[in-house]
Amino acid sequence: MTVIPEPDSVMDITAPAVPEAETSLRRFISDFTDNKVAVSALVVFLAILFVAVFCPLISPQDPYDLAVIDIMDSRLPPGSESMSGMQFWLGTDDQGRDMVSAIFYGLRTSLAVGATSGFIALCMGASIGLIAAYFGGRVDAVIMRVVDLQLSFPAILVALILLAILGKGVDKIIVALIAVQWAYYARIARGSALVERSKEYIEAAHCLALSNRRIVFRHLLPNVMPPLIVVATVQVAHAILLEATLSFLGIGLPVTKPSLGLLISTGFEYMMSGKYWISFFPGIALLITVVSINLVGDQLRDVLNPRLQK
Amino acid sequence: MSVFIIRRSMQAALVVVVMSLIVFFGVNVIGNPVDILINPEFDHEEMERAIKALGLDLPLWQQYLVFVKNAFQGNFGESFVYGEPTLKLIVQRMPATLELAFCSLLMSIFLGIPLGLWAGLKPESPVSKTIMSGSILGFSLPTFWVGIMMIMIFAVELGILPSTGRGATVRVLGIDMSFLTLDGFKHLLMPAVNLGFLNLSLVIRLSCAGTREVILQDYIKFARAKGVSPRRVVLVHVLKNILIPVITVIGLQLGNLIAFSVVTETIFSWPGMGKLIIDSILLLDRPVKVAYLLITATMFVTINLVVDILYSVLDPRVRLQDIKA
Amino acid sequence: MKNGSTLIVEDLKTHFFTKMGIVKAVDGVTFAVNRGEVLGLVGESGCGKAGTGFSILGLGDPPGRVVNGRILFKGEDIVGLPEQEMHRFRGRRIAMIFQDPMMTLNPVLRIDTQMIEAITAHEKISRQEALKRCREALVRIGISAPDERLKAYPHQFSGGMRQRVSIAIALLHKPDLIIADEPTTALDVTIQGQILYEVQKLCRKTATSLIWITHDLTVIAGLADRICVMYAGRIVESGDVDSILDRPLHPYTRGLIGSVPSHSKRGEELTQIPGMAPSLLNLQGGCTFRPRCPRAVDACLKMPEITSPFEGREVRCFHPHLDESI
Repeated sequence: MTVIPEPDSVMDITAPAVPEAETSLRRFISDFTDNKVAVSALVVFLAILFVAVFCPLISPQDPYDLAVIDIMDSRLPPGSESMSGMQFWLGTDDQGRDMVSAIFYGLRTSLAVGATSGFIALCMGASIGLIAAYFGGRVDAVIMRVVDLQLSFPAILVALILLAILGKGVDKIIVALIAVQWAYYARIARGSALVERSKEYIEAAHCLALSNRRIVFRHLLPNVMPPLIVVATVQVAHAILLEATLSFLGIGLPVTKPSLGLLISTGFEYMMSGKYWISFFPGIALLITVVSINLVGDQLRDVLNPRLQK
Repeated sequence: MSVFIIRRSMQAALVVVVMSLIVFFGVNVIGNPVDILINPEFDHEEMERAIKALGLDLPLWQQYLVFVKNAFQGNFGESFVYGEPTLKLIVQRMPATLELAFCSLLMSIFLGIPLGLWAGLKPESPVSKTIMSGSILGFSLPTFWVGIMMIMIFAVELGILPSTGRGATVRVLGIDMSFLTLDGFKHLLMPAVNLGFLNLSLVIRLSCAGTREVILQDYIKFARAKGVSPRRVVLVHVLKNILIPVITVIGLQLGNLIAFSVVTETIFSWPGMGKLIIDSILLLDRPVKVAYLLITATMFVTINLVVDILYSVLDPRVRLQDIKA
Repeated sequence: MKNGSTLIVEDLKTHFFTKMGIVKAVDGVTFAVNRGEVLGLVGESGCGKAGTGFSILGLGDPPGRVVNGRILFKGEDIVGLPEQEMHRFRGRRIAMIFQDPMMTLNPVLRIDTQMIEAITAHEKISRQEALKRCREALVRIGISAPDERLKAYPHQFSGGMRQRVSIAIALLHKPDLIIADEPTTALDVTIQGQILYEVQKLCRKTATSLIWITHDLTVIAGLADRICVMYAGRIVESGDVDSILDRPLHPYTRGLIGSVPSHSKRGEELTQIPGMAPSLLNLQGGCTFRPRCPRAVDACLKMPEITSPFEGREVRCFHPHLDESI
């Protein structure tokens, strides 16, 4: 008969079944930085963010200060000089604005609108999703019906409907962008929360008679954050594109606010005569911004997706 | 199966009713209905008459019923700008938009699924990495900007494709189609590619992701163990499994394409519904706005319904689930 | 190893090249299966038994690769053959039955589609003819009303039924060898018994060789002719089934048998094998079982080779239980 050996002598030299687990944050960072492209995208995005925040300080000209721009400078190609000796690296638009400055300010508006609407939509959507998941039953069914309904309509149509009813203005654009985004957050939050809700630590919290609100916000929320963050990157990118599209069509931001979409639309008229730069460069700026956000979001999603892990 | 269809149809009808309520209240509660529905250039007497005729002096719920009754008869009022019944205007332009949307859709399917499948089968190869990086560009690029650049390159610089309008049409089954003529095709090419570009990237990414997941499944290994040829494994076993999620998304994308055509139609001056709605928003042609929104909303609901039914046909598990439910 | 064996596996090594290191899933496995013989491949999860099975048919997934060894099927070496060549064997001369019946049949294809394609992959016959053969195959495996079943989808069947279909598919071309990877693990005990009985009957009738991979000794006891016990990617003991069960030589085998409750040992404590199976990434030098072995001695710091203490038995151990029966 086999004799059961002394536990100590065996346990010490038993090789562990898996290597030492690193802290999840460190592993997350190392997984993320595996993809060099995503890291460069992150750097680019941070640069753009910097430009957006500090543009009054770093742009060559304030393109919305009427005293500074001169109609005589208008429609100059890239590399030209103004009467006052200022270099127009990317040319000027039809009002004589320096394209570089116009693009900087436009980026600022785009990012501000995108981030604001994204943030508010996230808070709103996540709260609604969490409430739906937490209370379940009828509440959940009703909320999810509304979410599904909203999601079945294309973003641009929803924005069109709202803007057609509400009219023009920065605040109205932000409302439209929030309306377009909140449902995604709600659905993701609810999905994750449902998974978490069935886990034991929530039952344990219940047993400790913690208030509903505390459970939802202190316990469910931190576990629901990762997928929300992934969705947020994509959504903000979409919001930025949508705002630019609406501004291009003339139903977005008012003419007085700097906007990349508006620049591109202005430049459209001049394309036939070969003055491509008014449309081209703002488009490139928009493209770089959105691509970098998407690349970062992509990598985040791959890193956080359990199904692709081998 | 038919229980499923009936249930879904009823849900769809409910959504349309809700949409009509939203549009109605948008017009009457948020906006001033007098402004929205009556031409602001009428003088006082004409306004009184119009108000009476439109029933705007009635209580709100009655107004809604009048609205619905009119809608069923196809009466959405007259356009301020064109002076013609709005429904007629929209219906006239619908074929152009639908043609554009369908061609974009077909292009993205027939190009996107094979590319995505390939990328999914050989994820490490340089070709597939290029395809996947390229597809990120697809939904990061602002569609309107790409359209402008396309015009600049192909119409202005190279001069090989026309930059505006719809080409010569041919009447098929009572509907004018332009892709059947060479001139029509040339006019259609750029707008269709522009509109479909985003969709194409979506399809590629979905197909690739789907393929990568499916290829790891046991039933694929089992099929190989039976001696099934690799070609059949991919074209039957893998493809049918990825088709289900891809078709669902694509089907919903048709709606998206129709909505997004507002942008492409504006740039290329394509005479479709989309251009009409933008013009009417800018020109404050409110009856057209109301009619367009309600009609498009109904179209979406219908499309979603059709997709749901198609989905259940493709995936036998859904059919049985619903019967049990 | 007799000449004329259906399958001879020599020093097979299948390694997985991962980011975290090389996982030596199968690390020098040698055995043979004769005509009409049932060989049990026994061991815990992760010991490499499934990897061995897949490697025989060349079905290992990347990043795994066969890095060494020969697999002689009726004298022909099939290691590393290109896909078109392997096609001759897969499903026809060598068939495989998988573990989880839920996932081995494609959920979106009908049963008849999946059975017919197994036939037409190797023979050019009409669909009618193929359908007839499918019907017969289902009847043979004990499925009533085969026509209805053929038109159905996999999720409409129970687990046991699905596994019967998989077995029917495996038998379609009357293969010389069937590799069964834990086919009854996911099933209820009663269904398990039925399936075992059916498979045993059919294999005896057609003199088909069978490799039955399992972690469950009770299953193998009634079914197999010979057993190979695997641990950490290697075979540690092999021989005739009755001989091994009566008189296990390797401490691991003894531990496995001892941990199974049985009538004859009523009232006695069940033995356990302390510790856990080692990670195949960080194998320490020497005998892989040493950390958990109650009989480890200094010699065990080196990797033992296969020895044959007496006729018909082989063991990989410096300190086997030579003198005691159970």
